[in-house]
Formats: sequence, C-alpha cells, structure tokens
Amino acid sequence: MRKSIGDKIIDAFIAFFMCIVIVVMLYPLWNTLITSFNDARDSIKGSLYLWPRKWTLFNYQSVFKTDKIFKAFLVSVARTVITTVLNVFFSGLLAYVLSRKEFVFRRFLTVFMVMTMYINAGLIPQYFLYRSLGLINTFWVYILPSLVGAFNVIVIRTYINSLPASLVESAKIDGASDMRIYFNIIIPLCLPVLATVALWVAVGSWNSWFDSFIFAPKQELSTLQYEMMKILSSSMQSGVKQPDYLAEASQQSRNMVTPNSLRAAMTMVATVPILVVYPFLQKYFVTVNIGSVKE
Amino acid sequence: MKTKNSNSKKEFINQVRKQKGLILIAAPFFIYFFVFSYLPLWGLTMAFQNYKPHLSFFEQEWVGLLHFKNLFTDPDFYRVMRNTLGMSIINLVLGFVTAIAFALLLNELTGKLYNFKRIVQTISYMPHFLSWIIVCGLVSNILAMDGGILNEILLALGLIKEKIHFMGKPELFWWIVGFTNVWKSMGWNSIIYLAAITSIDPALYEAAAIDGYGRFGRMWHVTLPGIKSTIIVLLILNAGWILNAGFEIQYILGTNGLVLDVSETIDIFVLKRGFGRSGGFAFGTAAGMFKTVVSAVILILCNKIAGWVDEERLV
Repeated sequence: MRKSIGDKIIDAFIAFFMCIVIVVMLYPLWNTLITSFNDARDSIKGSLYLWPRKWTLFNYQSVFKTDKIFKAFLVSVARTVITTVLNVFFSGLLAYVLSRKEFVFRRFLTVFMVMTMYINAGLIPQYFLYRSLGLINTFWVYILPSLVGAFNVIVIRTYINSLPASLVESAKIDGASDMRIYFNIIIPLCLPVLATVALWVAVGSWNSWFDSFIFAPKQELSTLQYEMMKILSSSMQSGVKQPDYLAEASQQSRNMVTPNSLRAAMTMVATVPILVVYPFLQKYFVTVNIGSVKE
Repeated sequence: MKTKNSNSKKEFINQVRKQKGLILIAAPFFIYFFVFSYLPLWGLTMAFQNYKPHLSFFEQEWVGLLHFKNLFTDPDFYRVMRNTLGMSIINLVLGFVTAIAFALLLNELTGKLYNFKRIVQTISYMPHFLSWIIVCGLVSNILAMDGGILNEILLALGLIKEKIHFMGKPELFWWIVGFTNVWKSMGWNSIIYLAAITSIDPALYEAAAIDGYGRFGRMWHVTLPGIKSTIIVLLILNAGWILNAGFEIQYILGTNGLVLDVSETIDIFVLKRGFGRSGGFAFGTAAGMFKTVVSAVILILCNKIAGWVDEERLV
C-alpha cells in the first residue's frame, strides 16, 4: 500500500510522539550521568541539564576509594555471579529430570514445585526460618534462597521438550549416566535458554536490596544497591543518619562529595552492567516472555 | 482385584529401582522446596499465639483470633488498605491504558519507520531492568525542589508561579507512584499486545480501508477489537494482584513524614509492625496472613473468570 499525504502526516505525528517517549525514557539517566561527571560543589548550583559544566572523575574515584562502597560493590558482584551460576545449573538439572517422560515422580514433583510459585508464608515466618537455619547476617542468605527458581525450571523444561527425544534415549542405551547426559548433551544444547535464564537471575540478584535490609544488615555484607538505598533515604528523611563515609570522603581531600553526586556515580556503576547485558537480554526475552504467558 | 493391585505395586517398585539415578538427583530438590517454601508455612501458627521468640513451640501461649481482632479494629489497618487499593487501581488503569496506547501507536510505525520502531522498543523496555532504588533516585532528582528539571520546565512554561515540593504533597503521591510505574513498565507491558496484534488477519485491514476507514478508524475498529480478548484476560489476571500495590517505591519515596499517611501499603504495615515493635512478630504475621489469604481468593476467582472468558473466545 502506498502512503497518502494524510498517512504521512499521521506518521510524522506518531514519530514525533515517540521521540518524546524516547526523551522521557532516557533523560533521567542522562541527567544522572552528567551529574556523576560534574564537580559536586558545582552541581549544587543546579541548572545542570545537557552537559557537565566542570568535568571531574572525582565522584567515581570516591566510589571506588571509599572502602565501604567498594566492598559493597564486591559483595554485589560475588552474590550475582555465585547465584547466577548455581541457579542456572540447578534449574537446568531439575528441568532435565522433569523432562524425562518416564520418571515416576514427574507429575508429583512438578506440582510440588509449581505450588512454590503461589504459596508464600510471608516475611516474618521466612525470617524465622532463616534464623533457625543460621543464615541471618551471613553471605549465604543471598545464595541459598535462590538456588532454584520454579519459573526458570518451567522455561528450561519447555525448551528441552522441544529437542528430539532420541538424543537422550540413544545416550541412555549407550549407558551414559543421568549426570553425564545433563553435562554432555543437555547443557550444550540448551545454551540459548540457559543464557536467558542466567541474565534474568543476574539482573534480579544485582538489583535486590531488600534481603540485605532484612536478613543481612551487617555492614560487611552490604551491597551496592543497599548502600544507595541508605544514601537515598538519608537524603529523603531528616531523621535518618547519613552513612559516615560521606563525611570521611569529603574530609580526605580538598574536593567535595555530596550525597547527590556520590549517588549519581553509584547509580551509573550499578546501571552500566545492566546496560551491557541488555542487548543480549533483548534478543531472547520477547520469545520467552510470550511463550511463558501461553504456558 | 487384589492381584492387579499388587501387580501395579510391583511394577512401581520395579520402576523406582530402574530410575534410581533420576530419583537420587530429584530428592535434594524435593527437600530444598520443602525447607524453603513449605516449612515457613508452619510459622503461620505464630498468628494464633502470643509469640515469644525465646520459647519453644509447646510453651507458646495460644490466643486464638486475638491478633486478627486487633487488626480489624486498628485504624491504621484501614488507612493502609485504602492506600493499597488506591495505588493498585491507579497502577492498573494507568498501566493498561498507556501500554495499550503505546502498542497501538508502535504498530503504526511501518515501512521506512520500521527501524525507528525497533529503536523505540529497545529504549522503552530498558527501565524494566533497572532496580527500584535507581528508579526512585531518578524520580527524586527529576522532582526535586532545587534543580529538579520538572519544576524548571513548568516554571519556564509559566504553568506554575513558584516551585512545587512534589515529594511533600500527599495528594500527589499516588500519582507519582502511578506514573513512575508507567515509566518503568509501559514498554515491557506493551510486548504482549504487540504480539497479539501480529495475529490479526491483514485482510481485515484491507477490508476496512476499502470501507473507507482512515488510520485511526482502522486502529479503533480493527486493531483494538482484535486484541480485545487479550486485554480482558490480562485485566482480569492483573486485578488478582490488587493487594500487591508495590512495596519498594512506597517504602523509599514515602518515608518522609509529609506523605507517610498516604504512602504506607499493607506490605509496609506488615514490615513495620512485625519488626518495628517488640512482640510484633505475631501481629505482623497475622496481618501478612490476612493479605495472603484474601489475595489467594481474589487470584483464584480472577483466574477462573479469565478462564471462562478465554474459553468463550475459543468458542
């Protein structure tokens, strides 16, 4: 169909509207980006809109030189990497077991697992469970509760079911053990779906702060997101104490650090990893998202 | 009959023996789900006790429905329920209208504009992956009194005479939450509608064009009816989450004294009562349990209704 002049006007109108959407979506991040590269004292004057006025890397230096923030960054990286590797490995393993049609407990275990997506004892019983398991204020409280995800298992199992069943059967006849089949056949063939799940888990783990807040409030276990949360709530509320490193960071040098500029730099440090994996995420999530709804 | 039964029993044991490997792998998962998802349900007994953490289960004092009675006579409970429902409804309506409108408009970007459509999609999905901490930080920057861009724009356009303290106005808080949700998830939520639109028969558009409908006419009379059933099913399913108005954004942005009254949701209530007061565990558990049970009932009802609607569409 050729477009008439009227159509072209409508196209232009919609395109213009979409440009506004793009600006609204991107500008808040852009504003934070330029604040993070601008001198903190200068930022207080305001009217920082399009470009940094006084370039500096000092805000980023403070992020990585302030001991507590840097440690929190390392904890964030550690929990994300470990959770992702373990969750993908175990979710894949369970998905493989549940994909075996002849498995006697298949139906039972599937229902038992799917139920976990809907039942929720609530925050306080959960807290007492972790306490009696000795997980409170340990690094393991980040890892153990998310070793397997029911939803991830379903997604991976759907993918395994789409593979030819003869692959597993012939390996079985050749005498391969189940673990061997998982390692040598399932994992290599499922790499696309495993990568997708890995990215979901990684983003979720990297972004979470609530588990630090409730289950691991100890400073040594703080994460980047939780440190940002502390700075943010101290700037929103008058009663809450600022983290002490804010004052330390400004004392140690002639330059100044404000909560706002430090948080801007931390926001960028926390956002960049997501923006880096984002193109990979996007490649898969449309198909998986729709598939999961149809499930 | 008896022999048949024992036969199938034998067969079952035989199968179990043959599948030792699989069972050995599956068993730890069973234990894992049991411990981390089912065992905490036991903790719900707290809601019926005068729970003291240092006593064992058998030493606890049972108080029946006392905590629930206290809950329903607590004026704060009605306040947080009002906030929860208010914000949920705003989120639901705003979220639906914007995502559908966005999907409809995106669908119009065809031909030479197709690549532009891909760019818009990529950018609009992005906020979905940012954490609430980051999003709340961005919101408070944009809405700030000094240097906040929204105040500057409104001043420059002459729409306001003096700067507005957005984060301190109780009447604006629900809308700030609503529009932040739109910003974060409009693009992501539009995916499902775009997928539904692709399954509409192109012949319908041609027929509508021959009948003299313009672009917007086709949007209104072909595209929208084409995704109507998807919209209805999703609307019903999402209504099932009505008591989940969110937690993080209200907790982070709403803790200043000025808007506390309108910001606290049922989840924050559970957290603050459960952990904030000594001996609050039992009361907090009862409040959480109330929410879970009511949610479950609404969710099951909504799923049932959505199922009927879906079947009707197939018929």
